[in-house]
Amino acid sequence: MSAKVILTAEDIRRTLARIAHEIIEHNKSMSDLMLVGLLTRGVPLAKRLAANIKTFESAEVAVGTLDISLYRDDLDSMDFKPLLNSTLIPGDIGQKTVILVDDVLYTGRSTRAALDALIDYGRPRAIQLAVLIDRGHRELPIRADYIGKNIPSARTEEIRVELVETDGVDQVTIFPANEEGKTA
Amino acid sequence: MTTNWHEDGSTILLPPKAAVTASAWRHHHILDLDDFTQDEIELILHITGSMKEVLARPIKKVPALRGKTIMTLFYENSTRTRLSFELAAKSLSADISNLTASTSSIVKGESLIDTLLTLESLGADVVIIRHPQSGAPNLAAQHIKGSVINAGDGWHAHPTQALLDMYTMRAHKGVIKDLKVTIIGDTKHSRVSRSNIWGLTTMGAVVTVCSPPTLLPIGFNQPVAYFPKVRIEPDIHKAIEGADVVMVLRLQLERMQSGLLPSMREYINLYQLNEERLKLAKPDALVMHPGPMNEGLEISTGVAHGSQSVINEQVTNGVAVRMALLYLLAGGKKA
Repeated sequence: MSAKVILTAEDIRRTLARIAHEIIEHNKSMSDLMLVGLLTRGVPLAKRLAANIKTFESAEVAVGTLDISLYRDDLDSMDFKPLLNSTLIPGDIGQKTVILVDDVLYTGRSTRAALDALIDYGRPRAIQLAVLIDRGHRELPIRADYIGKNIPSARTEEIRVELVETDGVDQVTIFPANEEGKTA
Repeated sequence: MTTNWHEDGSTILLPPKAAVTASAWRHHHILDLDDFTQDEIELILHITGSMKEVLARPIKKVPALRGKTIMTLFYENSTRTRLSFELAAKSLSADISNLTASTSSIVKGESLIDTLLTLESLGADVVIIRHPQSGAPNLAAQHIKGSVINAGDGWHAHPTQALLDMYTMRAHKGVIKDLKVTIIGDTKHSRVSRSNIWGLTTMGAVVTVCSPPTLLPIGFNQPVAYFPKVRIEPDIHKAIEGADVVMVLRLQLERMQSGLLPSMREYINLYQLNEERLKLAKPDALVMHPGPMNEGLEISTGVAHGSQSVINEQVTNGVAVRMALLYLLAGGKKA
């Protein structure tokens, strides 16, 4: 089995439009929302969702970025040291509903780290999770509120999300048993 | 879109495709900057920017170094360096213990190496050492498995100070390459100036040194193969002219008994950085000093606390730089 494209640029566009609608439906007041993208690929996804919400509802939603490197539980076992990048949370998260945005939900460990990191900035009213791909294999009791696509996958497969902003192209590809799949 | 990343976070943009990757990090100790490449210094300054952001949060603590043990071993007095290492370790959730020579078994005659082996037996992952003897940290690095950070040794090196100085310059000037940096004062006894010269020349800055002939180290004015090239200019006016950064060194009064200077008054007349002389530098030139200052001696009070002074900012940046170094040495997989 060779590499297979599971989401094309058009699929990604439609998926993000649908997630934006779901976010609007679930959260009545857009002014209390904040989208926070996990570096690296969660950031362009969060910005696209914010742009969609603006188109559909004419409402501006603040977008932040979060680097979870310092909160990872696997720092000691990694072969490399993650290059730190800046976290930016625009404004007080105290009374906000924060929607974390990531490209792939896998073991749930990145999300766990993101929750810890976010809570160090204050006490949001609620935290929700939006992901483009849910590939299963959770190791922690974590689930997403908004899912682009469920991809049942083997641990040995690799799922690669590429976005125009970071990789020059919009597509999601699944690679057969190769190197160990990584969550972003 | 991927190129305009602002460290102050004014715009949300993606980080650049890093030219330097943290995976290329190969240092186990920080002894001096003479064995650091431009990319490695750039990496440290980049991570320092991220640590600045951590320090600006309402809760200035991240769990990155949980369970790591860091020890400071100081054979000389210190305010800034020791406190900022301590704050840096605590912000990264490491455990830190401080040992000062004057209150330890060192007074009973325990040797440096035995002291280090004791710290190692107690589980130190990183030992931060300050010592009056040049080369003491290098010796330490040969005897323990953990990392050694040089927090100042004799006249030799003070790499963390040079890194925080460079970070401060970069924060104001954007790049270090081609900056004209003038270092004024007692370069002979100054470990700060030596580490700065190594770091700054590696980054492409142009360094001018202005010292009384008796306080200029042998080797600065005659080219020595192993030491970077600096411009020597004994006339303070010519040295300051057109500078982007003026760095003033502390006159080490404790060493002045030995007749190196005719009088303090003469030193003030010829080498003090005052308002009038600072006007010769570029209008937006930065004034720096590693501290502690002798105000009214090597630097006038007006300049030390004037609008161009970034001296207090240097102290603040010291915490973030030391966090970056501790993260690079103790974070991630053990070598």
